[in-house]
Amino acid sequence: MSSSTQSLPLSHASAAVWKKSWLIPLFGLVLFASIAVATALGTVAIPLSTTTRLLAQGLLQLPVEGDERALATIVYLLRLPRVLAAALVGASLALAGTMMQGLFRNPLADAGLIGVSSGGALGGALAISSGFAVGSSFLLPCATFAGALLSAFGVYLFAARQGRTSLTNLLLVGIAVNAIWGSLTTLILSLAKDYEISRQIFFWLMGGLDGRGWAHVQMVFPFAAIGFLPAFFLSRDLNILLLGEETALSLGLNVEYAKRILLVFASLLAGAAVAIAGTISFVGLVIPHMMRLILGPNHRLLLPGAALGGAAFLVWCDLFARMVIPSVELQLGVITAVVGAPLFLHLLLRQDKAQRNPA
Amino acid sequence: MPTSAFALQHIRYTPDNTLILDDVSIDVSPGQWVGILGPNGAGKSTLLRIMAGVLPASAGVVLFAGKALEQWSGRERARQVAFLPQRTDLSFPFQVREVVALGRSPYLERWQSEGVEDEEIIEQAMQLTEISQLADRNVLTLSAGEFQRVMLARVLAQKPAFLLLDEPTTNLDMRHQFAVVDVLTSCVQHGTTVVSVLHDLNLAASACASVVLLQAGRVHAAGTPRAVLTVDAIRAVYDVDIALGENPETGALQIIPLRAARSSS
Repeated sequence: MSSSTQSLPLSHASAAVWKKSWLIPLFGLVLFASIAVATALGTVAIPLSTTTRLLAQGLLQLPVEGDERALATIVYLLRLPRVLAAALVGASLALAGTMMQGLFRNPLADAGLIGVSSGGALGGALAISSGFAVGSSFLLPCATFAGALLSAFGVYLFAARQGRTSLTNLLLVGIAVNAIWGSLTTLILSLAKDYEISRQIFFWLMGGLDGRGWAHVQMVFPFAAIGFLPAFFLSRDLNILLLGEETALSLGLNVEYAKRILLVFASLLAGAAVAIAGTISFVGLVIPHMMRLILGPNHRLLLPGAALGGAAFLVWCDLFARMVIPSVELQLGVITAVVGAPLFLHLLLRQDKAQRNPA
Repeated sequence: MPTSAFALQHIRYTPDNTLILDDVSIDVSPGQWVGILGPNGAGKSTLLRIMAGVLPASAGVVLFAGKALEQWSGRERARQVAFLPQRTDLSFPFQVREVVALGRSPYLERWQSEGVEDEEIIEQAMQLTEISQLADRNVLTLSAGEFQRVMLARVLAQKPAFLLLDEPTTNLDMRHQFAVVDVLTSCVQHGTTVVSVLHDLNLAASACASVVLLQAGRVHAAGTPRAVLTVDAIRAVYDVDIALGENPETGALQIIPLRAARSSS
């Protein structure tokens, strides 16, 4: 029965992956289109054709004619960096979420929910208030990365028992960690004598992309770029880890090493996102979940899919945040929560039911 | 390859000062099916995990092919020794074929996908375990018995010289129990060594060339089923009275449980 299909040149086991791999360039196109649309739309709507032309001129450093200078400034100096920042943050959060879900073997792990982002925020707040971040623009993402990493290892040590993390443990540790880091961050805010510094921290912590420019994009780009590497190198390790640590060990994977690498890279990504946009929850939950429905759980496609999907998702969320009410900026974190919280509850109830009635 | 055998020497496993295994020494000759038997809590699964290299022993040495097990690199060992734990919790919706294909990972580099030869091995493993028709199914929708066969196909795809299986026939109906036993028997005939934890003494008696009977972390007896599975040994280890017979069709030793033994006897 199956002998007739064996002559197919296409390899079988990866057939499922290859059948869907055309979706990845499609997601790439969607992301580019989203970036163009989001740059065109705003208080001053600029036709898409003009936007793309101005973008090309800006990228190629071509001169712009006199009456289009104002538009070019809006497009190239105000909107594009903000849209790119949104894409960078979205990709980082979605990728960090995907990696942590594989690591914790739990589809509910998200940098925001389990306290990794708030650890990054605490690190950032400390760096700003102590004046550490003034020295160089790379120091803020370094501080958020350090905070996120500390938090991630802490959560892992407390929540994981023999490599498996029960839902309850993970979420309870997340609540505790979020509460501790949150109160410490508040303490730092209240201790800051300088009004300007506390305003700066507060503005940053609120979470959002208001006023983010090229400096922010350049600041975190190297961190995010390094963080994207596991998407190409660690997909099989993540797939194997999902079978459980003992099976992963028996398949020759150096489990302890793989787990540490994953924690470091996930923290790097979460820290980069926090350094630009403060804490934004649920992106790392919504996007991997959606991508698993579309692409399946195989990390070979899931990791690049999550990066592209997360980028496009946050570009649209940010566009919505600045467009939905004229002249009012909605909080970006509010938009992601409105989308993400119901999905989170749905997943929670489903997993709870599955744990009560194991198949 | 007569040297490619397991030798366990004075293995102890005592986590948190609890005695799980105490001075266990076993030699496994290649090319046979060895059953590890014993009541609940005797240390069977622990012994198998130590042999698989996924759990370090507290004391003692595991020699594999004359070399201490921990000196093997993970990938080298994984090409020789495959391990199927009692339970696998998988909460992500992989396709059956994708899970079986993970058995090929010890042979593949990071960036490499499965080649034609790997695909043939994967197909063969699915045919042997009678799951070819499930190849495109989501593993989360399978019955426990179907999932067990998928996991068995995964270790077969690993093409190991040694198969370590923790209760491979649990969750299977009679038909598929026979099918799995047939697959493993034919693996043994082709030179693979099978070491499996078993609960079914009759299965052990008919399929295994030798058995190890564990009691409270110690080897009570080891040898051929006929030598080990005596009325006295089973009363001592399982606390159950049995009668011994012979299967009229196959001639295999048959254990007929009678009653729980009185503790005085």
